[in-house]
Amino acid sequence: MTPAEGPTEDRWLDDEAGPIVRPYVMTRGRTEPTRGKFDLISLVVATRPTAALEVGLGPEHLTILRLCEEFLSVAEIAARMDLPAGTIRVLLGDLLDRDFIEVSEPHPETDMDDDCFYQAVIDGLRSL
Amino acid sequence: MDFGRSDRSAARKKAPSAIKILIAGGFGAGKTTMVGAVSETAPLRTEETLTDRSVGVDDISGVEAKHTTTVAMDFGRITIKDQYVLYLFGTPGQERFWFVWDELALGALGAVVLADTRKLADCFPSVDFFERRGTPFVVAVNCFDGARIYALDEVRLALGLDSSVPVVLCDARKRNSGKEVLINLVQHAMRTRGKRPRPEGVPAS
Ligand SMILES: Nc1nc2c(ncn2[C@@H]2O[C@H](COP(=O)(O)OP(=O)(O)OP(=O)(O)O)[C@@H](O)[C@H]2O)c(=O)[nH]1
Ligand SMILES: [Mg+2]
Repeated sequence: MTPAEGPTEDRWLDDEAGPIVRPYVMTRGRTEPTRGKFDLISLVVATRPTAALEVGLGPEHLTILRLCEEFLSVAEIAARMDLPAGTIRVLLGDLLDRDFIEVSEPHPETDMDDDCFYQAVIDGLRSL
Repeated sequence: MDFGRSDRSAARKKAPSAIKILIAGGFGAGKTTMVGAVSETAPLRTEETLTDRSVGVDDISGVEAKHTTTVAMDFGRITIKDQYVLYLFGTPGQERFWFVWDELALGALGAVVLADTRKLADCFPSVDFFERRGTPFVVAVNCFDGARIYALDEVRLALGLDSSVPVVLCDARKRNSGKEVLINLVQHAMRTRGKRPRPEGVPAS
């Protein structure tokens, strides 16, 4: 799944500049999200329907919302959009800021303090 | 967007617990193969920017210099009854990427170290790293064609492993074999639970 690219963006996409410039334009040069930490395995879900034209949201934001109708990890969003995880984090920060998404952070301390957790995972693996 | 039909139910559903497991080992040890064999889908790939904490203090400013490196990682997913989602990350094998494992290992349930008996020394750095960090790990001896068959005890001895660390044979291409390795790992993590240093994330010195 590749986000739609307008003719203006295409002009940036020569062989050398492409992979660097495209994410840079998408995030308007930001490297850190304004909100949220976003672990690679944080799970993201869209909270509400979004009209195609929302002020301040780009095509990549809308693609993320479409992918996240069901819970999807940051790593999977990045892989499916073929963008670096860092770029996805910035875009997710924008969406979180405007309550378009909910984020469920991993909580290894609680999970891994419970024997039931391990047993459930073992049983689950056995029955695959 | 098809929210009409699903009635936004995803947002109201409880999120599954996401769990991270690392698949480590030397160059070409079979990491990507194993991730693909046990996952629901073909291995996915993402680029992650990680901070090099091994870089010392900047002499002039006195602040810690922050170097970042971009690494490509393969990963896959196993969903367990909509309750747990296991993410398997193949860690970058090259030696110059040791430092990035720290960030990846944060909060991980444990690790599989794949050992290729034709070049056993390649997995020393992974073994060292997880030992120092206190991350539970198992060593999976990947049976490549034409490689001499080692007794598991020979491997344990060669790697200088503690007797509590499981060493198992595997074929990274086979789903069932990979599953067995993961089950071994989770059992081992359960046994060693509570004996681990806390809080997690503090790098071992
Ligand atoms: N015979 C045999 N071949 C294997 C096994 N596991 C992997 N291979 C082969 O070994 C080669 C390397 O496997 P990869 O899964 O790419 O190894 P990797 O650890 O991801 O390699 P890098 O990411 O390059 O470090 C591939 O050609 C695999 O098909 C195994 O258990 N038995
Ligand atoms: Mg690989």
